[in-house]
Amino acid sequence: MRHFLSFLLALALLALPMGAAAGPVQDILQSHRALIEKSSRKTIQPAIDALANSGLPQAQTLLETWQAKDMWQRKSDGLFFLGRSAGNGAYDLIDFDTGDSVGQADKGDLDQLKPNSGIRALIGTALVQFQLSDPDPARRWDAVVAIERAPAADHLAPLRKAVTNEPDAALQAKKRRLERLLTIAFDPELSSRIVAINGFRTDLGVDVRATLNPLLSTQRRVFAGEPDKALNIAAVLKPGSEALSRDAAYDMLVSAGLAMPRVSPAEIRNTLAAHVADGAVGGVPLAQLNTDAARTRAYAALADAGKAPPSVTDADVDAALASHSFADVYDEPAKAVTDAAQEALRAIQLRVGLNQALDLGLDALSLASIYFLAAIGLAITFGVMGVINMAHGEFIMMGAYTGYVVQQIIPDYTLSIIVAIPMAFAVTFVAGVAMERLVIRWLYNRPLETLLATFGISIALQQIAKNIFGTQARPLTSPAWLDGAWVLNDVVGISYIRIAIFVLALIFLGVFLFIMKRTRLGLETRAVTQNPRMASSMGINKDRVNMLTFGLGSGIAGIAGVAIGLFAKVTSELGSDYIVQSFMTVVVGGVGNIWGTLAGAAMIGFLQKGIEWLNPSNTLAAQTYMIIFIIIFIQFRPRGIIALKGRAAGD
Amino acid sequence: MKNTFLMRNPSVLIFLGVLALFTLSVTLLSEATGAALISTSFVKTLGKTLCLCLIAIAMDLVWGYCGILSLGHFAFFGLGGYMVGMWLMYERTRGIVETSLAQAQIPPTPQEVVDAIGTQIFGVVGSSDFPLVWAFADSLPIQLALVVLVPGLLALVFGWLAFRSRVTGVYLSILTQAMTLALSLYLFQNDSGLRGNNGLSGLQNLPGLDEVPQSVVSIWFFWVSALALGLGYVLAAWVVSGKFGSVIRGIRDDEQRVRFLGYSVEGYKLFIFVLTAMIAGVAGALYYPQAGIINPAEIAPIASIYLAVWVAIGGRGRLYGAVIGAALVSLVSTWFTGGQAPDVPLGFYTIKWVDWWQVLLGGSFVLVTLFAPKGIGGLFDLAQGIVAPRRHGQALGPGQGALQEKEAQE
Repeated sequence: MRHFLSFLLALALLALPMGAAAGPVQDILQSHRALIEKSSRKTIQPAIDALANSGLPQAQTLLETWQAKDMWQRKSDGLFFLGRSAGNGAYDLIDFDTGDSVGQADKGDLDQLKPNSGIRALIGTALVQFQLSDPDPARRWDAVVAIERAPAADHLAPLRKAVTNEPDAALQAKKRRLERLLTIAFDPELSSRIVAINGFRTDLGVDVRATLNPLLSTQRRVFAGEPDKALNIAAVLKPGSEALSRDAAYDMLVSAGLAMPRVSPAEIRNTLAAHVADGAVGGVPLAQLNTDAARTRAYAALADAGKAPPSVTDADVDAALASHSFADVYDEPAKAVTDAAQEALRAIQLRVGLNQALDLGLDALSLASIYFLAAIGLAITFGVMGVINMAHGEFIMMGAYTGYVVQQIIPDYTLSIIVAIPMAFAVTFVAGVAMERLVIRWLYNRPLETLLATFGISIALQQIAKNIFGTQARPLTSPAWLDGAWVLNDVVGISYIRIAIFVLALIFLGVFLFIMKRTRLGLETRAVTQNPRMASSMGINKDRVNMLTFGLGSGIAGIAGVAIGLFAKVTSELGSDYIVQSFMTVVVGGVGNIWGTLAGAAMIGFLQKGIEWLNPSNTLAAQTYMIIFIIIFIQFRPRGIIALKGRAAGD
Repeated sequence: MKNTFLMRNPSVLIFLGVLALFTLSVTLLSEATGAALISTSFVKTLGKTLCLCLIAIAMDLVWGYCGILSLGHFAFFGLGGYMVGMWLMYERTRGIVETSLAQAQIPPTPQEVVDAIGTQIFGVVGSSDFPLVWAFADSLPIQLALVVLVPGLLALVFGWLAFRSRVTGVYLSILTQAMTLALSLYLFQNDSGLRGNNGLSGLQNLPGLDEVPQSVVSIWFFWVSALALGLGYVLAAWVVSGKFGSVIRGIRDDEQRVRFLGYSVEGYKLFIFVLTAMIAGVAGALYYPQAGIINPAEIAPIASIYLAVWVAIGGRGRLYGAVIGAALVSLVSTWFTGGQAPDVPLGFYTIKWVDWWQVLLGGSFVLVTLFAPKGIGGLFDLAQGIVAPRRHGQALGPGQGALQEKEAQE
């Protein structure tokens, strides 16, 4: 009865020219009223299309309203309105065409339209074209990103329309690129897909590869006899080859129902266990069933008696494999497309490889600068003075904790880093001088004793740090301008913090060279190192020079600690993580020469990254192989890459 | 009679006597064989301490007598432990697996047993196949041979490479430290074949002897450890006495001069390095069944440095010094870190020794190095009235490992 009435009403409304409330939007709604009321995903499409393609400015609002379940129908005349709750179960009705309120209605007089999720998705697709040409650039951008995230064939047409009239150049480029990608994936025209594919040959974007790779997805299929020529076949596989083992091939046959399943040893055992009778199975006594041969015999007896499926012999497998062929078949039916995609991917892969090499180089460089930074203080204390300082790592740790404490006092990250660097230098300089005065100066020329004594200091300092700061890692936060990364393309990128560390390493190198070659302290240090007695007789205060040099090396370790703390968690074990590598760097590079330390750090950094690249899942193995390599390297150059010669060598 | 080995080394007899007395008294006080005044876990601690004394002797040989400050001997110690641990774990798992498979109606084939053992042992690292290194795990004699062969071979290869290129002094120390680090990092991987950071566990249970209580097993291990320590001491004392001992002491103090005298310095060093690695392997093989578990953290570089610390505190260059240092420091360390030491209230702050023991150890170590290079062994010299030679502050030789004036005996 109600349907009949509404049908009559619809007829009446169609027949009559619209009243005051009616407009073009309402007309379209009314003409598809039956579909909208039925609200079924299968039949609703014409109604949505009619609205979306109407070219009316209100269409977008209407669709959004509908999608948000805010569209209401007045029972009395079947007109659709935007309903806003006015409280007390009453709703303000707003006309779609004019946007004006046409009065209130009680909830009982209204029907809410509740599109299900399927319909809302359809509406969403229809809305795309509006969003793509929305006056607000941010919304246009959002729409493009939404399509990027979940591309669908439906998006192609509206996107094409929205490319040409896009005023924003960057957004237009993004739209055009997305349009090319959607063309590859969804365009019905073969030639335009191939053109689009070929257009991406030099592109490194991840999105391109994500679009091209699915085109080359294959299914492994079994054919009785020869493979079907009509299919787009990627490769015909021989059983027993590397791509397809005989076992895998036979398993495919079994799962396709083309061969009898093989009986596994476990199944044989279970079947035998199920058929034990009088302490024997198939005439074989239980006690003898602890060999495979006996089990096979017993199982064969069971199979002959019909109590178990017969086992498959190797001859059966051979015959089954010989009478079938196996092939990888592309999901994409068009050969031209898969060929073009393959060609394009190959070209892309080459460029990706080159760029990855570049990226690896940058990674290695930054690792090398970290090692250099950790080792440069050691290059002074060990390299120049010849003092083995096992507590060097703990000075790095002290520097990092100084940075942490400064950050607790000064909340501004930029300012706190600027304060922390001289603070760290001061703290570790004082610690270094104290250590030199109290311990090390009694042990000059006794390097092994120095090693052990400084080790004692090292474990004491580590434990003190643990007692003060606890065992959990403390954060040392980098300022915001160091967050993020310098991204060249989708393959090559390096974080700003690593660049900063590289720059810091260069600055340290400069400072070191300046102090050693251009200042009085450097001159005196070199003199004391080469010949302490001669230096003393020239009026150089040996004790003072040693003290200051050791303090300088320790202070630099403190600054390195601040830098390392920025990207590694600050714990009491921070230093010991770097100490062996630092010594390695100095020893490999050649003691007593800053350029040697640089070369050593570069070698270790590049080597470690190189090994990691060969075996990416395993950084532990990379470190192991690197240390082994270094041990062997020392065989050939016992004095390091850059060895001192003549008098400077000290012997 | 005057020139026999024992007459020239009276300390050997004294040491063996003390060791025998100690073993006897522990036996009489233990739960299994005596008055039950010492708990089983403490018997194990004492047994482990004896093993540490053994490796300290090895360290003293290589550092105190030959001047090579090796920071890698705990790697050999750990390898020995791994070798014996593989057999213990394999056989014990086999016992468990065979018991459970015997419940089934059909008797298992040998292959099924091996597969089940593999699944049991390597399940934690997501594998079930036996790696190549486990090839001999089912044979006790072969694994026991590997206890000395594997560390010996590693020491041979490493030592040969290092000594032939004349890497000495601190460089050698750093290189040995790198070797230990590389080994422990390698073992930390899951696919190293030795269960990654899980290590080998359940080693305190002897396969086939499930009904023997731990109190008895612990005293057995204590006896074997004491025996090994006694034999190791005699062996070490024999090696360092006589002409051979003079040569290696010569290498320690002045390597160049010994070389010019026509001795093959590299050969002597290599012999000592390999021998001590083997002793360390034996010590490890006895230590870890008493500890019950071994994992790669045990052979981290720091352990080897501690070893040097023990020897230095005890007094290097004298075998009993190494034993005293290792026993004292490891037992005191157990006492402090076990939470038994009383806290020291200072009013404003209470010193908890669990937190401050490391600081005390580090500090006392610095003090020993600076003021008492003879370590605890110096007290014996004091008692005997032995004085240091007068060399005007000069060490015995230019070698980095040479004894200092204060360390030497006249």
